[in-house]
Amino acid sequence: MYDVAIIGAGVTGAAIARELSRYNLNIIVVDKENDVSCGTSKANSAIIHAGYDPEENTLMAKFNSEGNPMFDTICSELDVPFKRIGSLVVAYNEEQLQHIKKLYKRGINNGIKGMRILNRSELKEREPRISGEASGALLAETAGIIDPMLLTISLMENAVMNGCEYKLNFPVEEIERKDNSYRIKGFSGEIEARYLINAAGVFADRIHSMVSEPDFRIKPRRGQYFLLDKCESCIVNSVLFPCPDEMGKGTLVTPTVHGNVILGPSSDDLEDPEDLSTTSELLDRARNGARKLIPEITTRNSIRTFAGMRAEPDTGDFIIREAADSKGFFDVAGIKSPGLTAAPAIALYVVELLEKGGLELVSKKEFDPYVRRKLFQDLSDEEQDKLIKKNPIYGRIICRCENITEGDIVDSIHRPVGARTLDGVKRRCRPGMGRCQGGFCGPKVQEILARELQIPWEEIVLEKKNSYILTGRTK
Amino acid sequence: MGYDYDIAVIGGGPAGLAAAIEARENGIERIIIIERDIELGGILQQCIHNGFGLHIFNEELTGPEYAQRFIDMAAEKGIDIVLDTIVTAVSSDKKISFMNINGKREISVKAIILAMGCRERTRGAISIPGDRPAGIFTAGTAQRYINIEGFMVGKKVIILGSGDIGMIMARRIVLEGGEVIGVIARSSFPKGLTRNVVQCLDHYNIPLFLSHNIVEIKGKDRVESVIVAETDIKKQVIPGTEKEYECDTVLLSVGLIPENELSRLAGIEIDRKTSGPVVNESMETSVEGIFACGNVVHVHDLVDFVTEESRRAGKNASRYVRGEFKREGDYVLFAASGGLTYAAPHKFMFSNLPEKLDIFLRVDKVYYDSVIILENNGRELARFRERHLTPGEMIKITVKKEMLNNTAGTININLVPEDRKDEK
Amino acid sequence: MKNELVCIVCPIGCRLKIEGDIENLVVTGNKCKRGVVYAREELTNPTRMICSTVKIRGGIHKVIPVKTEQAIPEKYKFEVMNLINNIELTSPVKMGDIVVKDIFGTGINIIATRNM
Repeated sequence: MYDVAIIGAGVTGAAIARELSRYNLNIIVVDKENDVSCGTSKANSAIIHAGYDPEENTLMAKFNSEGNPMFDTICSELDVPFKRIGSLVVAYNEEQLQHIKKLYKRGINNGIKGMRILNRSELKEREPRISGEASGALLAETAGIIDPMLLTISLMENAVMNGCEYKLNFPVEEIERKDNSYRIKGFSGEIEARYLINAAGVFADRIHSMVSEPDFRIKPRRGQYFLLDKCESCIVNSVLFPCPDEMGKGTLVTPTVHGNVILGPSSDDLEDPEDLSTTSELLDRARNGARKLIPEITTRNSIRTFAGMRAEPDTGDFIIREAADSKGFFDVAGIKSPGLTAAPAIALYVVELLEKGGLELVSKKEFDPYVRRKLFQDLSDEEQDKLIKKNPIYGRIICRCENITEGDIVDSIHRPVGARTLDGVKRRCRPGMGRCQGGFCGPKVQEILARELQIPWEEIVLEKKNSYILTGRTK
Repeated sequence: MGYDYDIAVIGGGPAGLAAAIEARENGIERIIIIERDIELGGILQQCIHNGFGLHIFNEELTGPEYAQRFIDMAAEKGIDIVLDTIVTAVSSDKKISFMNINGKREISVKAIILAMGCRERTRGAISIPGDRPAGIFTAGTAQRYINIEGFMVGKKVIILGSGDIGMIMARRIVLEGGEVIGVIARSSFPKGLTRNVVQCLDHYNIPLFLSHNIVEIKGKDRVESVIVAETDIKKQVIPGTEKEYECDTVLLSVGLIPENELSRLAGIEIDRKTSGPVVNESMETSVEGIFACGNVVHVHDLVDFVTEESRRAGKNASRYVRGEFKREGDYVLFAASGGLTYAAPHKFMFSNLPEKLDIFLRVDKVYYDSVIILENNGRELARFRERHLTPGEMIKITVKKEMLNNTAGTININLVPEDRKDEK
Repeated sequence: MKNELVCIVCPIGCRLKIEGDIENLVVTGNKCKRGVVYAREELTNPTRMICSTVKIRGGIHKVIPVKTEQAIPEKYKFEVMNLINNIELTSPVKMGDIVVKDIFGTGINIIATRNM
């Protein structure tokens, strides 16, 4: 029997797992997908928000402002790329200028530092391509950009290194409440744990209702994005937001931590929480929204369009609490923006809640907070020469667009929570993220996966369990 | 300063091979070809169909056979070759950094010939809406799986794009036992060679849907269906014409893009129309002593033209190394207009011209009975009658050196279609 | 009878107009003599070049490309594939090596198109 089971290996579940792995506990994380970080954590704006946006005295505000400063340490411990490039909420008229002043005040109340209102010329100096109609902006210097999938993967990797277990392809069908534990039943097996954490993202309400009286609903809200080629990177320097509206923070334009640009998301509410299709109408809307910020922006150099799903809570705030009618069952639900930013702070809070709920926390002496993940291209010339001598496959570049070596790929497969799919390799070390989108390196990565996992080529999938790539041999 | 080689050729496909061999035949001693694959031949090794070599060898060969001729020649001539090696940087002072399992190396050379070929345009670049399941391939990647790795990519396939690769893969899949629902093309005419429409599609009863487009891809884990709609003359979707087709695979043959990362790193000027380096009469780029040839300059349809162009690059690289370039006067530019989308080379220096200059052109749509006129500052230099021109077939016109004498500024290369011939 | 045909002998793809009957074929639109030959053949005995791959052991790749030495009667195009699919070669193979001799009594061989 486990001490704690966490349902959901997204950034929230992974952050909680890592925190818990500091203690002498038996922990397990389960996820219904074929890899970690396959839900909202896979497709979002990748922003660490400053914290002026959530309303005062909400959990969102609390955990945003607590989480933001934690990222320097976490990212350095976990070797996750993170840059504090600052964000701008851009105002176009008097009404919007008043609004950003309101956001500024809210930021102060939320304890946010490093904010200031820019006038037209200061804005233009910082963002030369900004629309000529912009009259000012709220600058927040503590905002940043990150790789959310790599963060989630690294959090899980660190948790696993420190003793946490995990099971993928484990959709939870039924949860049985017993006297002092929960029995989680899935198609592929059963797990029992004293404490249960519901970090199931867009399915959190469904998981909740397996245990406890439903008292919240998660509304899936889809966001569609364009990812632009790195040649467009000079078009924007900070995270650019329009003034927010009732659907959310609006369509933004931002550099990514890898040197691309993303624009989006558009917003639409859906019934099906797994409908991640893109539509030309909403892609157009995302494009038009971006043009309001930067008129000359085009999607001519788009290398990919994608969609993510937000888990909108109908309560309007994060839902993080022990269920009133089910001791030992904790919801960590409705983790929409600023969920990514809040995740490390939420994790600390959840551990507190668990302790209050009776979980004994004895620190693990041998807890190692470090994940070392350096791509070959990030090493010094000397280190590179040494590495190739030691292991020649680091001398063979497989992904030409991003300069990723066979050594990097093999490493991504054999690490804890290693890659087993084409997308798994892509998210851990980048082949397939560049302009050829895997056209050149795809067969090569597949060959390496097959060799390292010792399975036939035909069994390698793209991402989901049944996303087969090849149907068999020609002869 | 010591040079490691006289000429380094980046890319060991048909372009690089022809250039290197020509350079050797023109007396250059130290030549190296740097190739990223484990064998020479480039993309030809996966082009197992025939149609190559009609001009160069007067025979019809398959891609691998055509490649083998040059691979054998390169071996005979003792040209240095490194395989399984990627060039990571090229500098404008002609230093090349490359790496392989033996380590990293930097060499200094007198001249460089860029022959990196091209890559395929992706789904993301054309933003087909819908799901993003497995089973979507660019045609070239599918070709590699089938012809080199020996795997089938799907059972029921639909192909977007009427370029040559798409049509050739349509036939290939049918021969390997797969079903091809059809080839879908936005344009009202096929983009590839007519010959391929006949021998790949007609002969195998594969339907060609012109003026259609794939407007959505559906499928959770793997492709399950696509929605196809008709397009109007502006290539916009006509609402109400959508039809759903069940399939498990989508092949995209939606264009090739010259692969110029290294060229950009070296500060070479890139032409927006071709997406390749701006080159002069000698196939030299904007950086002295760096030449380019083949698909990296502009996407070709016939490998025979690639070979001719690459031989010119090799020959001129040799002249350059021997200091025989005559740079006197100003460049004269070529500007394509009136239905011609580009002309390559982009400019020339009269003092450095050979006896005859081949100029490659492309048209934006189908033209019958037209004239291509070269004109400079109001004076007509030459005209060429053309019966039938289509975007899928690169045009080659050959101009004598005398015709380009006493020109200055820009030579306009204009296509005058049938009905407007008399105006000129 | 078909009165229009695209010649595929070379990449130009002349559009041929065909009139008359098999004995007295009148072909126009061809840029060279081969067009006439092609038209006649296509109408009486259409033939196709078949290029494919064959499984190989011990080679640099898992399959080796092969082709019919000449165009074979159109009706055999899928049967040829059945032949090809049941073969496994062993490296080394040279370009031009005969993989299948005299298919279906046509006198035409299937040969390898590269060394491996």
